[in-house]
Amino acid sequence: MAEPLLIVEKVDVYYGAVQALRGVSLQVHEGEVVTLIGCNGAGKTTTLNTICGLLRPRLGRVLYQGNDISRRPAHELVRQGLVMAPEGRGIFPNLTVAENMDLGAFTRSDKAGIAADLERGYALFPRLRERINQKAGTLSGGEQQMLAIARALMARPRLLLLDEPSLGLAPLLVKTIFETIDRINGEGVSILLVEQNANAALKHSRRAYVLQSGEICQEGSSEALRDDPAVRAAYLGGQ
Amino acid sequence: MARNLLVMLGLLAGCYGFNFVMAEFIEVVYVDYINLCGLAIILAVGLNVINGLAGQFSLGHAGFMSVGAFAGAYASIMLTYGVIESGPLSFVSMGSFLLCLALSGLSAAAVGALVGAPTLRLKGDYLAIATLGFAEITRIVLTAQDAIGGPTGLKRIPKMPLLPGSEKWDGGTSTFWIYAFVCLVILLSVNLQRSTFGRALICVRENELAAETMGVRASRMKIMAFVYGAFFAGIAGCLYAHYQHSVRPDDFTTVRSIEVVVMLVLGGLGSLTGAVVGAVIVTLLPQFLRPLEESLGLSGLSMVVYAALLLLMMLFRPQGIFGQRELSLKLLRRLVPGGGKESRP
Repeated sequence: MAEPLLIVEKVDVYYGAVQALRGVSLQVHEGEVVTLIGCNGAGKTTTLNTICGLLRPRLGRVLYQGNDISRRPAHELVRQGLVMAPEGRGIFPNLTVAENMDLGAFTRSDKAGIAADLERGYALFPRLRERINQKAGTLSGGEQQMLAIARALMARPRLLLLDEPSLGLAPLLVKTIFETIDRINGEGVSILLVEQNANAALKHSRRAYVLQSGEICQEGSSEALRDDPAVRAAYLGGQ
Repeated sequence: MARNLLVMLGLLAGCYGFNFVMAEFIEVVYVDYINLCGLAIILAVGLNVINGLAGQFSLGHAGFMSVGAFAGAYASIMLTYGVIESGPLSFVSMGSFLLCLALSGLSAAAVGALVGAPTLRLKGDYLAIATLGFAEITRIVLTAQDAIGGPTGLKRIPKMPLLPGSEKWDGGTSTFWIYAFVCLVILLSVNLQRSTFGRALICVRENELAAETMGVRASRMKIMAFVYGAFFAGIAGCLYAHYQHSVRPDDFTTVRSIEVVVMLVLGGLGSLTGAVVGAVIVTLLPQFLRPLEESLGLSGLSMVVYAALLLLMMLFRPQGIFGQRELSLKLLRRLVPGGGKESRP
């Protein structure tokens, strides 16, 4: 099998004196959807922020396309196709939907490609096209989430990091978001997905990791984890 | 680029004509008001990039201005007379003047980078206090320098250079030079707001972390905003020094920094048009209130009216006159009934 696209190797991350991640290791292969599940405060967002360069690991390293990126800043990684859609409201509330989308393509200068991707983004999320001149802050929670994902796609990612895309959304909308994630993956984008909605996330990914108190406590195929009694009890509502 | 150059040449010709009209037909007092407006516009438009676009609340604009003023004035005196002593005023040569302007802009920009870098992590009030402190320190340091006159500052700063055909203009060529830079800073800022750099600054203002995740180098953008704003504050300082023919450290107190912020807030923070309109209002208002004050015999009235106007403004239109909008064809079209259709795809 080819070298994984992303390798996180025994990473320790601290906030001041507080240790948030302990020896976290995970991998994402080209074309995969990988889920990271865990409770509030388990370190899911910290893991994503470390991968995308917003946080620096104290120990361990992060390899992307075979290069050590654990000391590289976020803005540089975007140019290499490692893009994060920040949790929930990481959009620019005072700018319109169209302006937000424009800024997503900040690192690119190929006008034709940008126009094509803009079209693709609005095709994935038709709701955004209807709200094109509306300030992003006035969108509903679901629409803001769609905008965050659509904007991240504008940077033409190779690996997309999604932080809780279903957070606070109505069940029907959650379904739509996950179907869209499938479609994005179908277009060749690898995805690392962080979710509390373990049920849906495990259904839509190939492999998964379970994060507990800053440590990976379980990993395996999503199917196997879905049937695992311990995982069922902790994250899937028992039985 | 070529188009911008052409526009700038046209504007320069316009400035020349403007100066001619000023010199021939307008009373000296009003010419003075117009020149002061021009200086205020340069300051406000520059600060708008720091405070409005990049969202970095700076209260140190007078500091940048003073650096440029003293650097430019000192260089100008040395290049024109060779020594600092009293005597009749003469004109600085065109070449020397351009050199002085470049020097004042660059020195202020360098100081801008020096201030921008260590204050990167500061936000809001903290940044305001740090920049305020910087401006005060600059003023005190300048006061202590005997080489540039200490507290009395520099005098006998030469007149701005003559232009072809301007020999008979009593008021000199200040209007041309000041408005040439008004045009330059506005032209650059219009382009800036549409450029990648401008969009990056807005990203940083809106959400720094999100900006990073989209490939914007937030820390560098913040420093660049300071460099840009400081550069034009330095230019304004140099023009101011040559316009007044003298400059003292106490010309650049905190009050002046606050005045520039007031211009921005009044016009609408983040709006270029707002910065220009705010600069004109804040400069002219006291001048027109003063005669009123004198005729009524109530000294201090102008300050009361000025403060009351600002308070009313903040109560009823806290986003400023223009908000974040610009005066553009699009806005005008929207004001015309029935013409408000959005043209975006």
